[in-house]
Amino acid sequence: METTIALLEAHQITKTFPLPAGGQQTVLENVSLAVKTGEVVALLGRSGSGKSTLLRILAGLIDPSQGTVLRMGNPLVGPNPDVAMVFQSFALLPWLTVQENAELGLIARGVDRDEAKGEALRALDMVGLEGFEGAYPKELSGGMRQRVGFARAFVIKPDVLMMDEPFSALDVLTAENLRGEISHLWEKGSFPAKSILLVTHNIEEAVLLADRIVILGANPGNIRGELQVDMPRPRSKEAPRFKALVDHVYTVMTNPQAAVGEVVTAQTEPRYSMLPHARSGGISGLLEILDSRGGAEDLPALAKDLRLTVDDLLPAVDAAAMLGFAMVAQGDVMLTATGREFANAEVHRSHEIFREQVLDRIPLMQTLLAMCESKRDGRISKEFILDILDEHFSAAEAERQFDTLVDWGRYAQLFDYHADEERIYLDTAATT
Amino acid sequence: MPFMKTPTWGTPERLRSRFLATFRPADLAVGLGTLALLYVAARVGAESFVRFHPPDVLPQISLDPRNLPNYAARSTLRMFIALIFSTLFTFVYGYSAARSPKAERVLVPLLDILQSVPVLGFLSVTVTAFIALFHGSLLGLEAASIFAIFTGQAWNMTFSFYQSLRTVPSELEEMATLYRLSKWERFTRLELPVSAIGLVWNGMMSFGGGWFFLAASESISVLNRQYTLPGLGSYVAAAIIAKDMRALAWAIGTMIILILLIDQFFWKPLVNMADRYKLELSAGEEQRFWVVDLWRSASLPRRIESWTAPLWHTIDRWLSVRTAPVEDPPHANGSRKSDLIFNAVTIIFIVALLALGTHFVLHGVGGKEVAHAAILGVATGSRVLALIVLSTVVWTPIGVAIGLNPRLARLTQPLVQIAASFPANFLFPFATLGFIKLGITLNWGSMLLMALGAQWYLLFNVIGGAQAIPNDLREMATSFGLHGWRRWKFLLGPSIFGTWVTGAITASGGAWNASIVAELVSWGNTTLKADGLGAYIADATSKGDWPRIVLGVGLMSVFVVTLNRLVWRPLYALAQRRYQFA
Repeated sequence: METTIALLEAHQITKTFPLPAGGQQTVLENVSLAVKTGEVVALLGRSGSGKSTLLRILAGLIDPSQGTVLRMGNPLVGPNPDVAMVFQSFALLPWLTVQENAELGLIARGVDRDEAKGEALRALDMVGLEGFEGAYPKELSGGMRQRVGFARAFVIKPDVLMMDEPFSALDVLTAENLRGEISHLWEKGSFPAKSILLVTHNIEEAVLLADRIVILGANPGNIRGELQVDMPRPRSKEAPRFKALVDHVYTVMTNPQAAVGEVVTAQTEPRYSMLPHARSGGISGLLEILDSRGGAEDLPALAKDLRLTVDDLLPAVDAAAMLGFAMVAQGDVMLTATGREFANAEVHRSHEIFREQVLDRIPLMQTLLAMCESKRDGRISKEFILDILDEHFSAAEAERQFDTLVDWGRYAQLFDYHADEERIYLDTAATT
Repeated sequence: MPFMKTPTWGTPERLRSRFLATFRPADLAVGLGTLALLYVAARVGAESFVRFHPPDVLPQISLDPRNLPNYAARSTLRMFIALIFSTLFTFVYGYSAARSPKAERVLVPLLDILQSVPVLGFLSVTVTAFIALFHGSLLGLEAASIFAIFTGQAWNMTFSFYQSLRTVPSELEEMATLYRLSKWERFTRLELPVSAIGLVWNGMMSFGGGWFFLAASESISVLNRQYTLPGLGSYVAAAIIAKDMRALAWAIGTMIILILLIDQFFWKPLVNMADRYKLELSAGEEQRFWVVDLWRSASLPRRIESWTAPLWHTIDRWLSVRTAPVEDPPHANGSRKSDLIFNAVTIIFIVALLALGTHFVLHGVGGKEVAHAAILGVATGSRVLALIVLSTVVWTPIGVAIGLNPRLARLTQPLVQIAASFPANFLFPFATLGFIKLGITLNWGSMLLMALGAQWYLLFNVIGGAQAIPNDLREMATSFGLHGWRRWKFLLGPSIFGTWVTGAITASGGAWNASIVAELVSWGNTTLKADGLGAYIADATSKGDWPRIVLGVGLMSVFVVTLNRLVWRPLYALAQRRYQFA
């Protein structure tokens, strides 16, 4: 493109939210990003990386705490008029027909009714919904609903089309189908937007659609690096380059220290201050599947076979690694000796192994037990633990950390938790 | 003429034939019905403008049943005017509370208090105020009565609207912002539809409750003066003074017919229409209702709709342009300081008001009287709690039995709903007569009177709770042999607990309000009185004893709020936490 001015630019964005215990949580730190005409940019990151927050800041729905957003070089104030968004939950109004939903943006801009109708029908045509204009959203399947979401965005011919995990609420086949069609529309060159900004946690989706993948790291959200995807379109998922790139992204995503764009050789022990949100049942399920597949498996293949997205699979993988049951390297996950023993142990023994690993590897659990023991009655309240967690996490995250902690502690038979009293009992205290 | 094209809307003859061709019997019904309604409203409305000069010339109530349709129409008009005001109030108040954090901090607690204030205790204030305002026209009394009904309707509806606005899914909000919907478009396309179901259901319940206030406010003695407003409520009052059983029976019959008619022709169609505004996208079967079918099969409404569509579009556009989102929304800055000032002013205002009220009461009656009234409050509070316990014991097994039997539930639920909207004070005379004959003191009897209105809320909430028990769980209980007490302990009790709490909260609120008319009742010249805060307020009101009115009403509000905080809120929280089908 002849112009060098970016359509949309985030400049040194930082976003903080106040924490309940006082202080602030930083969701995004010093993030800069530019979207130019004619490109598809994917923001890829795990939950907690602030990718949706970044998208909403660029859309002008949220104000950044620091930094500026520029549209065509001018500072953005209020909702961005040059963008349209496709929402994860579709965000359709159930009481309006398909056509009324699609033309909503034009009507709100004061476009003449007949003209708006014409535009809406054209857009509905484009997404394959001709003949459905009089239907109500509830008569449509999930995939068709999201098509209405696309049509509504198309009619206002935005500079940047924003998609916030647009396919994640759909079943696998429908998502695949719709993704393919959107990709095809873009390739044809008649796409009703100048560029696309896509938020996703689906690695294949990012590699399939994007020209540029921006990988976000978590706590606080920051840009870890970018990958250019210079593969010709349409892209085949079976192509070796495609597979290699997907593998590389997996490696980067499972390895917070890895540099984006390099092939990682040394496996560093992942050190988390945060527990992955995986339930003990999920962890042991994963280990059993790995064991049945010979103890090692390619992560993308595993995700695909289990029909899971990164956000579903990775917490269990992380947890297994954290507990010393598995190792992750080069996009592969493999069982350790302990992991193998755990996967094959009978119920009683598996609890024991889990307990040993938890006590050995989770400092937070040790702290918690020490606190319990220091109390005469051997019990501590949830509130007390949340107070400690609140200093490091947001209120919602602290709750999730607590839930995970309780789940692991219960499975390890270290303590019992009474939901009514919101108190943790040492197992001896609970039984006596 | 095979080559000539005939225009779609051609000659006048063609138009007429088209009109006749599409004119159906349904149109006749809809058209005539609408005209009749307009006529009645206009005629009855005009009567309100008659001047009168209290206390010299007062409207007289005739006990001739032939006057009943007229009285019923006038009462109904009052109810609907109150409903219109309640709806307007709901929009303004609920919208302000939901959209401005500053307003929210004052408006929501205030609404909570307003909900707890016994409306009937304030009739004396409002009647005198409105009569003064309207310079002796009957409109003053009308306004006071409408205001009483309004206060019985508005708070619930406002809360429901506010809750709906606060729970609009965030992606829909973002969508509306990003696609630049104007305030007007946001309201009509998003906020109003989202709250429609809650608003209609709450409106229906509140409207039902409104009859009670109507009956109480049409005939009232305030400041040693008897004020009467022609209507069903004053008809009943006159019948009580005349000890006319037949007239009472006529009034009750009229009331039942009225409730049924309004239910069929107003609320049911509204509920049916509101059903469209469900947020979840799952396709469900559409409920059919005969009035709606009639309306839809008539072509007249559609014709009028298509005639007025351009006008409506123009208005829509005009309002949208005027409420368009601002290009540069002013960002909140220096908010902390203005917040502090705002809080300080609010607190000073509240403290001043409390001090003023306390001074007024203590100066007027003294501390001893306050203690006396507090003891009376405890007596009334015990009655309220006892009647809820008793109603629970009686109605829970029945409600569960009904709820578990779908056919029975379909049959009885409308009946219970009607029973709940039937103004219990119409039945008071019969009970009073019974108490006099059997020599029962009103200290016990008033409990029954209060229960007459309150119990229905418990019953139909229990029915609703039992209906919601998943079939799987019932089958599980049967297959594991859970019977009798154990079935109640593990399945039925916990399942209905949540809705029971909701019912009990409503019943308790209703009972407190009812105590003002239930603790002091009469039949002819005989007056029965119970020891309680309700009787205390009623007494003070009729005498026009201001310090005692303020004391009584204030104390009752304190009692209601305290009971809510100490008993109902914790129970409700428990129900939300533990006894929900996720």
